[in-house]
Amino acid sequence: MRVIEGINTSLHRFLADDPAAHIMGEDILDPYGGAFKATKGLSSAFPGRVLTTPISEASIAGVATGMALKGKPVCVEIMFGDFVTLCTDQLVNHMSKLPWVYNDQIAVPVVVRAPMGGKRGYGATHSQSLEKHFCGVPGLTVVAVSQYCDIAAVYAAAFASGTPHLIIENKLSYARRLEQRDVAPHAEPDIAIVTYGGSTEVCVAAADRLDAEEELAVNVIEVTTLSPFDRDGLRERIGDCRHVLVVEEGADGWGFAAEVSRALMGLPGLSFASICGPAHPIPSTKSWETALLPNETNVVAAALDLIL
Amino acid sequence: MHHFADLVSNHAADDRTCDYMLMSLIRQFETKLLDLFSQGLLSGTTHTCIGQEANAIALMAAIDKDIDTVWSNHRCHGHFLAYCGEVHRLFAEIVGRASGVCGGRGGSQHLAWRNFFSSGIQGGLVPLAVGTALADRDKGAITNVFLGDGTMGEGYVYEGLNLASLWDCPVLFVVEDNGIAQTTPRDRGVAGRIAERARPFDIESASVRSTDLAVLKPAAQEAARYVRERGRPFWLHIETVRLRAHSKSDDTRSEAELEALRELDCLDLLRAGMNGETDLLDTEVAAYLDACFDAAMKDPEPCA
Repeated sequence: MRVIEGINTSLHRFLADDPAAHIMGEDILDPYGGAFKATKGLSSAFPGRVLTTPISEASIAGVATGMALKGKPVCVEIMFGDFVTLCTDQLVNHMSKLPWVYNDQIAVPVVVRAPMGGKRGYGATHSQSLEKHFCGVPGLTVVAVSQYCDIAAVYAAAFASGTPHLIIENKLSYARRLEQRDVAPHAEPDIAIVTYGGSTEVCVAAADRLDAEEELAVNVIEVTTLSPFDRDGLRERIGDCRHVLVVEEGADGWGFAAEVSRALMGLPGLSFASICGPAHPIPSTKSWETALLPNETNVVAAALDLIL
Repeated sequence: MHHFADLVSNHAADDRTCDYMLMSLIRQFETKLLDLFSQGLLSGTTHTCIGQEANAIALMAAIDKDIDTVWSNHRCHGHFLAYCGEVHRLFAEIVGRASGVCGGRGGSQHLAWRNFFSSGIQGGLVPLAVGTALADRDKGAITNVFLGDGTMGEGYVYEGLNLASLWDCPVLFVVEDNGIAQTTPRDRGVAGRIAERARPFDIESASVRSTDLAVLKPAAQEAARYVRERGRPFWLHIETVRLRAHSKSDDTRSEAELEALRELDCLDLLRAGMNGETDLLDTEVAAYLDACFDAAMKDPEPCA
């Protein structure tokens, strides 16, 4: 099963398990089934509960919040993650905030799905990884998935939580087969690479190459829940390893690497490095884009720099 | 504290007296807030609806409070008190007490009580109103959302109109057009005519230029009935007056302008139709407010 099919199956289950559940988004009805086909078959199986919307991301998130607080859970699809900035006010000031501000008199079971990431040559407004802007928002859980995580469990937990979630998917990962592989198999690794979402694939490929070519034991530590960030959990997963590389695709600064470094602050003898996306917009030239973003080659080079 | 409804039922035998006591309550509640601010006894901010109280009373009389939902805005005390009359708990919320409607988390602008909600982001609640209307449509419920002339600048309004019309959502959009957004007069902030805003979305509308409760009540009832019976949105534009500052003291209008607006004071209009017993009613309401406030001040703080 591919990632996109895993997501599609989870959405089917969401609608099948709860007759009050709804899905909303742009161009999500059959026969099209969404820009990336995550919603394929849903409108046929659950007519009336899959709502195709105008191009109104801000209001889609708001309508979902209104329905959810009346007991109708909603999963929202944002066609390209780049467009989630239009939902910022709803994510930050409404769905995540009102339950607490109203003294928990309401609950907002809304899951917003947003496909992020580059390397498809889509250019500056369809290739970004904007999740850091939504991390650290109280009341909003931000999750990222890849082919290495338990997609069914992640989605089921988000739907069962009864609280606002933003799930970061990755456009390249959609086509990948789900893999049940342990990407952190070593008890005493030489290097730990901490990453999430679409960058996990790059890091796993780099770890395999470091093993084959350099005989280095590399654990890839994939973080699924980006926010709130489990600092103690990360320290446990790092264990005694003191060579830590952080890989993220988002633009440089105020990002995942900073959060990981905060979690590991004070560890004696720590060697720490990070790589990320560029500090300028993503170019549409695909080869240029791929060279700028974390890739197998620059992750391997950064890992070797760290250990040598 | 006994409920405001008990006080009213002790004194009022007819609808007009009930309405008068409620309007007096809202007016005196907010006047007291302004006094407390000027004495330094309240912190944060507050936005009073002084001059606009009749809208709140008319609309809250027109809805079915058992099932309908109300979304209000920063200027929400009048809507709230007309919705539920929870005076002690509103005072407690504003002075930051655990007994407040939101346990002291919300304050003046962020209220929630049963199916009433308010918040402080202009237009941000419009899509939520579309959502609650859609969710509860099968129950025969409608959703009332209050906007102002200043909100006309927010894109949410137009996205919400589009969706409400496309999806047949029973939303009653109520624009309380007081002609001034904080300090910006309407002619600097709103192009075109507010009354016409909904028509291109195939949404029926009505425009009322009045502060007279006797005019507003039937307009509100007709609008709410239309939304419920047709299962369609409706746009009710009310031209009203704001007699005090946007928040506490930020009024840039001239005294002459304000003097002219005071001629339209809804409380005076209502008082003129009564038989001289209003002073007594005002006194009763004032005593009740003082008792509620004193009780709220004695309640524990949420962080205690």
